[in-house]
Amino acid sequence: MGETWIDACAFSDIEPEDVKRFDHQGRTFALYRTEDDAVYATDGLCSHEQVHLADGLVMGHIIECPKHNGRFDLRTGAAKGAPVCIDLKTYPTRLVDGRIQICL
Amino acid sequence: MPLNDTIVIIGLGEAGVAAALELRACGHEGAITMVGAETEAPYERPPLSKAFLLEPTMPPTPIGGAAGLEAAGIAVHRGCTALRLARPSKQVICADGTSHHYDKVLIATGARARRLRLPGSNDVPVHYLRSVDDAIALRGILSPPARIGIIGAGFIGLELAASARKLGCEVAVFELAPRILARAVPEDLAHLIAQRHISEGVNLMTGVALTDVARTGSALQVTLADGRVFAFDHLIAGVGAEPETQLAADAGLAITNGIEVDERLQTSDPAIFAAGDCCAFLHGRYDNQRLRLESWRHAQAQGRHAAHSMAGETAPFTALPWFWSDQYDLHLQICGLNMHKAQQVRRGSPGEGLILFDLDAAGRLVCASGLGTISKIGRDMRIAEMLVERAAIIDPAVLADSGRPLKALLRT
Repeated sequence: MGETWIDACAFSDIEPEDVKRFDHQGRTFALYRTEDDAVYATDGLCSHEQVHLADGLVMGHIIECPKHNGRFDLRTGAAKGAPVCIDLKTYPTRLVDGRIQICL
Repeated sequence: MPLNDTIVIIGLGEAGVAAALELRACGHEGAITMVGAETEAPYERPPLSKAFLLEPTMPPTPIGGAAGLEAAGIAVHRGCTALRLARPSKQVICADGTSHHYDKVLIATGARARRLRLPGSNDVPVHYLRSVDDAIALRGILSPPARIGIIGAGFIGLELAASARKLGCEVAVFELAPRILARAVPEDLAHLIAQRHISEGVNLMTGVALTDVARTGSALQVTLADGRVFAFDHLIAGVGAEPETQLAADAGLAITNGIEVDERLQTSDPAIFAAGDCCAFLHGRYDNQRLRLESWRHAQAQGRHAAHSMAGETAPFTALPWFWSDQYDLHLQICGLNMHKAQQVRRGSPGEGLILFDLDAAGRLVCASGLGTISKIGRDMRIAEMLVERAAIIDPAVLADSGRPLKALLRT
């Protein structure tokens, strides 16, 4: 119940080792493509000061908030130390015909 | 590594908390006790000039999360002012009558807002901003149609000017220097920040000296050396900060605009360390010059470094200076120091985000300063920071071309 797959963007819209913002029904998410082309999705705002993570830098499996360098593992949403201490929520993703879908 | 020393940390700010949490993260099993004058649980100061004022119900943001220190088994004694360091017996003696034995002690007492020293400034109420109590007092005055006079166009003064304008107050800012942010920010960027304040309706005056402040009826009157007179409902002074060094000075430790520490953040007493705004340290990255920095991230980095030094490690502190400011939707970031600047390269434009790179005579990147919205400059500044960290030598033409992503430079 409740869970639906939402079309977010084309896989090719995101560079390898990069992040893109996706807004849906008043919520904001961050979609990631890793160096080896895996796709992940997390909440879009840093849990520290509500900054868009899509403006941050992806390095390997780490997304770093552009404001205060709070770091999260983009695969699990796990906060990786000060100043962030609250994990990000993650969402399942899948690829359908070159499109990224996110399960909300 | 001695993992069972008893550690006392004096000060409940970023440096102290970072040190305590880092000790635990590295497996320190001995007692860690924090003492500090503040009655609040440790909180982040940066929001106090910005979001905390704009959102009147926002609580202070706890450092390390609400339960972080307790979960780490760190005893926090609030409202417990350290009065004296008894070095022979290794005791911190507090105003509430308690004393705390230490094997190692970290002084992380921070800084206090410098007081305005002008004829009349002791006879009228002047607001400052350092603590959450100061910020709560500012919440009470920053509502329209209040006329707010801000003395000093440093980061605190300008951030408060932006917040006061957003809240609908009438704002004037007085700066003695010929331009704003002369000490820390490149002239081009400071000029853009000044223009923004003016376009937001701030009456920004630079190169003006105040001769006195006085009360006239219900207004507070500011008189300038050129004879002009301004009337306000409230005055705020942002005229810098002074390191809290009394405890260290009384204990016989050397002070030079901060508690003197070496490149490991150790004082002349091997059991006593200092970190953050209160200390003047030898910076391994800058020819062991003695520096004192006031910055949020710097305080954290020094706190963590002091933890390692107290645990017996010998590495020097070499972290890159880094700071930021937010005014309106403008985000300013600076990493590195430009003391060896020989050439400056511009990337972007005021509209799309402007970054200035400083290169030294050998072509190494030594400093980067960016101004724009966070979405325009955040990512490039993070990459710039890593390049400055490495003192990378980069073709200026690549830095200047905002069409060429900086990220590729990290792989070279």
